[in-house]
Amino acid sequence: MSCDFTTTLLHGYLDDELDAARAAEFERHLECCHECTAALGAEESLRSSLQRSGLYENAPVELRKKIRAGLDAATASSAGMRIPAWRLIAVAATVLLLAGVSWFSWSRAGKDSASTAPFTVAEIIDAHVRSLQPGHLTDVTSTDQHTVKPWFNGRLAFVPPVKDFADEGFTLVGGRLDVLGGQNVAALVYSRRKHIINVFVLPTKEPDTAIHPPGLRQGYQWRHWRRQGMEYCAISDVSDSDLYELAQLMYQ
Amino acid sequence: MSGYDQGKGSDVLDAEDRARFEQLVLPHLDAAFNLARWLLRRRADSEDVAQEAMLRAYRFFRGFHGGDARAWLLQIVRNACYTWLEKNRPVELMTEFDEELHPQPSTSPEALAIAGDNRERLTRALETLPPRFREVLVLRELEGCSYKEIASITAIPIGTCPPASPSSAHAVLSAGGLP
Repeated sequence: MSCDFTTTLLHGYLDDELDAARAAEFERHLECCHECTAALGAEESLRSSLQRSGLYENAPVELRKKIRAGLDAATASSAGMRIPAWRLIAVAATVLLLAGVSWFSWSRAGKDSASTAPFTVAEIIDAHVRSLQPGHLTDVTSTDQHTVKPWFNGRLAFVPPVKDFADEGFTLVGGRLDVLGGQNVAALVYSRRKHIINVFVLPTKEPDTAIHPPGLRQGYQWRHWRRQGMEYCAISDVSDSDLYELAQLMYQ
Repeated sequence: MSGYDQGKGSDVLDAEDRARFEQLVLPHLDAAFNLARWLLRRRADSEDVAQEAMLRAYRFFRGFHGGDARAWLLQIVRNACYTWLEKNRPVELMTEFDEELHPQPSTSPEALAIAGDNRERLTRALETLPPRFREVLVLRELEGCSYKEIASITAIPIGTCPPASPSSAHAVLSAGGLP
């Protein structure tokens, strides 16, 4: 191929990647260059016969299944074992039941205290997920409770209790301001192994409650309680037993 | 090319990663399988390699910093295919080496000439091409990638695809005058 246009412009022209001026230039060139006309014709006929050929092969259903099983095994929460279908159904039923119970107790908690919950589950999950985006986790980063607690001074109309539980396996990472249900709240950030736990704290006039049963949605668990004029909600992807342990430590 | 960084792959992936992977990468499983099928030519081998490549992509998923997920995945699939060929059928890659010594493609033009629209003949014609010609044609004509995308998947700069430019691959198939 000796014509420069064949190597430089032909593929751009075929791909519709040339600007209008260069495309027009190439089209003018085509009128007088047999080489490019032949090359373009060959490429176009090859393209159309390959595209009409039905040679594209889609992935077999069996492969799709195998890959999903492989992904399950490589994802942290699943243990990597093949779980029989009936067990999956049992687990799903338990999850639904737990979610139902926690929803029930959640809404009951609101009704018992003759007020609506100050924020929704969706807002808590959103706030938690948002905090996991790079650079969003903490406004004040310190494992020292005596640094984190004063930081909230003047930024909120209340002072949240802040305590580090590093000895118990829950390291204080820092704190941040967040907004739940249109209200400014304190978010305390703890880490449990590599997982992040957000504890949202805001003042309440409602009476104390016990630590409510866990809620679960989209793979996140939460625990909610009221204690000494503060409303708490801890949320994370850690196991509920870990979350409950932290809730108990904070409840004391 | 930070978008195609394959990362360390040692992270433990959680439910959030899984959801993102399902949304961004898994939809390109057909593309992954199709490329493997044409590079390896046997369905059973292609299934194994495509599966391995997909799980590999998942392990390296935290190294994917956005951008074209299909190109990122196909790059991994392509590498997996060549690694597999080197190990199991090195002769096929040797054939290509010979081609490099002889810049004029010499793949049976008669077979290609009569290929036409006939699916079986076209399949055979495509399969007799050296892998590096074949992958360009498959990505270009079956997968609908632009030359820019092909360059990023194959890590071969546009216009310098060895042993010649992509158009030479076309020339091979159209050598006998496809309709």
